[in-house]
Amino acid sequence: MTESDLRTDAVEIHEQFSDQLDIEVEDVVSRLETLVDDYQVPLTEARRSVVNTYLDEAGMDREQLGGGGGGNDQVQVSDVDAPEEWVDMRVTVVELWEPRADAVAQVGLLGDETGTIKFTKWSKSDLPELEEGTSYALRNVVTDEYQGQFSVKLNRTTVIEELDEEIEVGDDSVEVEGALVDIQSGSGLIKRCPEEDCTRVLQNGRCSEHGEVEGEFDLRIKGVLDDGEEVSEVIFDEDATTELTGITLEEGKEMAMDALDTTVVADEMRQKILGRYYRVTGPTFRRYVLADDQERLTGPVDAERALIKARSI
Amino acid sequence: MSSTPTREVARRVFAREFNDASYTFKESDDDRAPVYVLLPTGQRANRVFVVGTLTETEDVGEDSEYWQGRVVDPNGDTFFMYAGQYQPDAASMLRDLEPPAYVAVVGKPRTYETDEGDVNVSVRPESISQVDEATRDRWVVETAERTLERVQRFTEAEEATADEYVSMAREEYGDDVDAYRRAAVGALESLQDEQAEASAD
Repeated sequence: MTESDLRTDAVEIHEQFSDQLDIEVEDVVSRLETLVDDYQVPLTEARRSVVNTYLDEAGMDREQLGGGGGGNDQVQVSDVDAPEEWVDMRVTVVELWEPRADAVAQVGLLGDETGTIKFTKWSKSDLPELEEGTSYALRNVVTDEYQGQFSVKLNRTTVIEELDEEIEVGDDSVEVEGALVDIQSGSGLIKRCPEEDCTRVLQNGRCSEHGEVEGEFDLRIKGVLDDGEEVSEVIFDEDATTELTGITLEEGKEMAMDALDTTVVADEMRQKILGRYYRVTGPTFRRYVLADDQERLTGPVDAERALIKARSI
Repeated sequence: MSSTPTREVARRVFAREFNDASYTFKESDDDRAPVYVLLPTGQRANRVFVVGTLTETEDVGEDSEYWQGRVVDPNGDTFFMYAGQYQPDAASMLRDLEPPAYVAVVGKPRTYETDEGDVNVSVRPESISQVDEATRDRWVVETAERTLERVQRFTEAEEATADEYVSMAREEYGDDVDAYRRAAVGALESLQDEQAEASAD
């Protein structure tokens, strides 16, 4: 697997320099191999190092480096997951911020259906002004990463073309799946503070801000999805909870009334959903995913793929 | 309750490997530090998620109720679970459920040493729920995939660069993890046989 990744990288690097340098793909492969195999350097770092070497040899700036002969991949914002990649995007300028340094001409947020990403445009690149709210096709931008956050840089080779159509900007929604392994306290039939703009969940009839109040009933589930590698905490609001459990707010209130106890609602919900597999999509808030859309995973499973792997080890 | 961001992942493991996971350790000297069992394929586990067939329940308590449940995976290997007064929800599920039934169990691995000096590994359930066959099938494939990933990581790791838990597992249990690969193969094959039978009906 690593072997072919390395070769793919080598072919890409070779393409980037094929006009300037007389090198073979094998030369690039062997340079990468030395770094990866002999020096245990990660492939991304090896690639960066080899590209730098060739830039020096060719007397080129990194900015002059195109994405090779065949053009770049057209990517969406959420596809950006590695630094130092040359890509093309179709985006809307969501926000422009005040540049903090003279070297920066413009800085702000770009967005498409899949989310938003920071961009920087250098002063020395001498590019036309981007306008807030306008959609553009951007060719030849470079991805970057700082502390796990990705961004794109516009450079002097970037081609900016204004679009007639409007690229819609989506929120940064994530998709998580796994078994529902826990329903946390504060789930089921809850009461919220009725004060204006306060929706705090009451503890024993008290709001932490407004004290003892006559609460308003609501349904909610704070659940944990676990795929065996990672856990995700998910909050289901009233609609999502009803869709998930088949229990409406009215039914929940009746159940609690009959039992003279609100906890029966969460208990009933546990029996209906705990231990099942779900896929949930929605925006994140602090450490929670707020469920916009959820689906129980019941479809047939593919044992064959895992078997082939098992037999190959 | 368990709403800390550092909540432990529930590992996926077949009974054959789980029952061999007799070595336990803590990451710190703190009394309240979590206890992990070390899986023989080189991963620590403070929580597991198991879906299988509940085949038998029995109150084995002397003074107060103490429920034992046997949950069998597709290889016919058994997970043992024990729930008493401190696990009231799980205990009442074991009291009420009629075997055979598919159940999903989230719980903590526990070990105890028998008078003969053997170490038995069991699950102390946090929750037990009755589920359907589709959920069981998904668990089998997922657990096979996770097991194979661990086996592959274990066998491919070089001595010097091996993950700390892989090294620990080699030390505690030895280098042979093929039994766990075979457990994954066996589980997948029995699932395929079931699927073939179902479509032939």
